[in-house]
Amino acid sequence: MWVRSSLAYRTSFVMMAFGNFAANALDFVAIMLMFSRIDALGGFSLPEVAFLYGTSGVALGLADLLLGSIEGLGRRVRDGTLDTLLLRPAPVFAQIAADRFALRRLGRITQALLVLGWSLPRIEVDWTVGRVLMVPLMAVCGTAIFAAVFTAGAAFQFWAQDAAEVQNSFTYGGNAMLQYPPTVFAKELVRGVTFLVPLAFVNWLPALRLLGRPDPLGLPGWVDFLGPVVAALMCTGAGLAWRLGLRSYRSTGS
Amino acid sequence: MWYAAVAAGSFRRYATYQMATVAGVFTNTVFGFIVAFTYLALWHERPHLGGYDQAQALTFVWTGQALLAVAALMGGGLDELQERIRSGDIAVDLYRPADLQLWWLSVDLGRAGLQLLGRGVAPMAVGALAFPLALPRDPLTWGCFLLSVLCGVVVSFALRYLVALASFWLLDGSGLSLISGLAGMFFSGMLLPLRVFPGGLGEVAQLLPWAAVLQTPADVLVGALRGGALVRGLVFQVAWAVGLLALGRLVQSAATRKVVVHGG
Repeated sequence: MWVRSSLAYRTSFVMMAFGNFAANALDFVAIMLMFSRIDALGGFSLPEVAFLYGTSGVALGLADLLLGSIEGLGRRVRDGTLDTLLLRPAPVFAQIAADRFALRRLGRITQALLVLGWSLPRIEVDWTVGRVLMVPLMAVCGTAIFAAVFTAGAAFQFWAQDAAEVQNSFTYGGNAMLQYPPTVFAKELVRGVTFLVPLAFVNWLPALRLLGRPDPLGLPGWVDFLGPVVAALMCTGAGLAWRLGLRSYRSTGS
Repeated sequence: MWYAAVAAGSFRRYATYQMATVAGVFTNTVFGFIVAFTYLALWHERPHLGGYDQAQALTFVWTGQALLAVAALMGGGLDELQERIRSGDIAVDLYRPADLQLWWLSVDLGRAGLQLLGRGVAPMAVGALAFPLALPRDPLTWGCFLLSVLCGVVVSFALRYLVALASFWLLDGSGLSLISGLAGMFFSGMLLPLRVFPGGLGEVAQLLPWAAVLQTPADVLVGALRGGALVRGLVFQVAWAVGLLALGRLVQSAATRKVVVHGG
C-alpha cells in the first residue's frame, strides 16, 4: 500500500529516489575529492576504501529498506497511535517495519552496489571460491547486524520517546565510520565498534582478511569469521530488548 | 516589536524539545569524532591542504557540527510553512496584518538562536577537549564569528524560504526539499571544506550562496579571513542575504496572486 501511495506523486517519487541515491553518492564524491589530493588514506588506496564503502552501504541500505520505518516508533509512542497497532491481530514489529515502507530507499542500495561493483575488479585479492562467497556473506551478516541496531534503537524509544536521533549515531554514524579504513581512527574508537557495538563485523574484519591486512587491534585470525555468530547474538539481544520495551509500554496519557 | 516576540516564542518552543536536543548533541558529537579522524588522516598525508593547518582543519569539522542544526544545513526548519502551503492554511496567514517573509524569518531566527545554545556550544566544547583546535583568543574575532553566523543563518533562511514557496506550484515539495538539502550539505563545505575542492570546482563553489552559510563563518573562526579579507567575506554574505531575500519577495508576490480561496 505504501509502495502504491509513494508512486502517486510521481515527480516527487522520482526526486526522492534520486535524492536518496545522490545523498549517498555525495559521500563518495567527497571521498573521491579527497583522493584527488592524496594517493592513500590511512594506508588504503581508493579502490580499497570504495570496497569498504560499498560493503557497509549495501548492509545499511538493506537493513534500512527492511526496518528503516521503525525509527518512527518514538512518534507513535508520543501521540498514542501505537495503540492501534496493538489491537490488530498481527505482530507489532512487522506492522511497524511495514509502516511507511519506502521504496525510494532503493536509491542507497543501488548507489552502494555500483561503488562495490566498481571496486571489486580493482582491489588486489587472490580470488578463490571461498573469498568470493565471503562478499555476499558480509552483506547478509552486515544487514542482520544493522537490523539489530535499528531494532535495539527502536526498543530504546519506548523509554526515551523523542531520542530517535541517538539511533542515527549508531546506524548512519556507524556506516560513516565503516566507510573509512580502521587505521584512520583512534584505537579506543576501533575497540568500541569491535567489542561494545560490534559494527566492525559488518565489513572491517572480513574486509581486512580479504585485503590481506592486519587488523589494528591484533586480534587472532579466526575472529574475522565470527560475523554470523555476532549477527545472531545481536539479533537475539535486540529481539529481547524489543519485547521488554513493548511489555513496559503503558500507552500515552498522564 | 512583534517580530521579536515571534522569535522569542519560537526560541521557547524549541527549548521544550530537551530530549531531542540532547539526542542531537550526541549525534553531532559522534559524527564530529568520525570526521575529525578522517581529516587527521587527510592532513597527515597532505599538510596545509587548502591553506589550513591541522588544528584549523579540526576546528572546521567541529564548526560544521556546531552549525549543522543552527543554519539548518540539511534543509528543514520551515516544514510547517511548507505544510501550511500544501494544506491551504496559508490563505489565512495571508490575511494577517504581518509580513509573511519577516514573520517566518523571525521564527527561524528564534529557532537558530536556541539551536546555537543547545546544539552548537556542546559539540564544540567536546571537540575542543578531545582535539587541539585553533580557536581565537580575542573577543573581537568571536564577535565577528557570531555576526558571520547570523548572516549565514539569514542566507540559509532565504534559500529555504524559496524552496518552501515552490510548494505553491509543486504541491508536494518534499523531493525539492531533499535535493536543496543535498546541495546545502555539499556546497556549504559540510562534507569537505570548499578550499580543499580541486581547481575550478572549488572556485565556483566558493561563490555560491551556500558558501556563505558554513565556509565563511568557519573561515572567520579559524582565522583564515583577516582584515580586508574578513570585510570582503562579510560583504559576500550580506550581498547573498539581500539578493535572496529580494528574490523571495518577488516569488512570494507571484505565489500569493496564485492562491484561490474556495468560497471567498
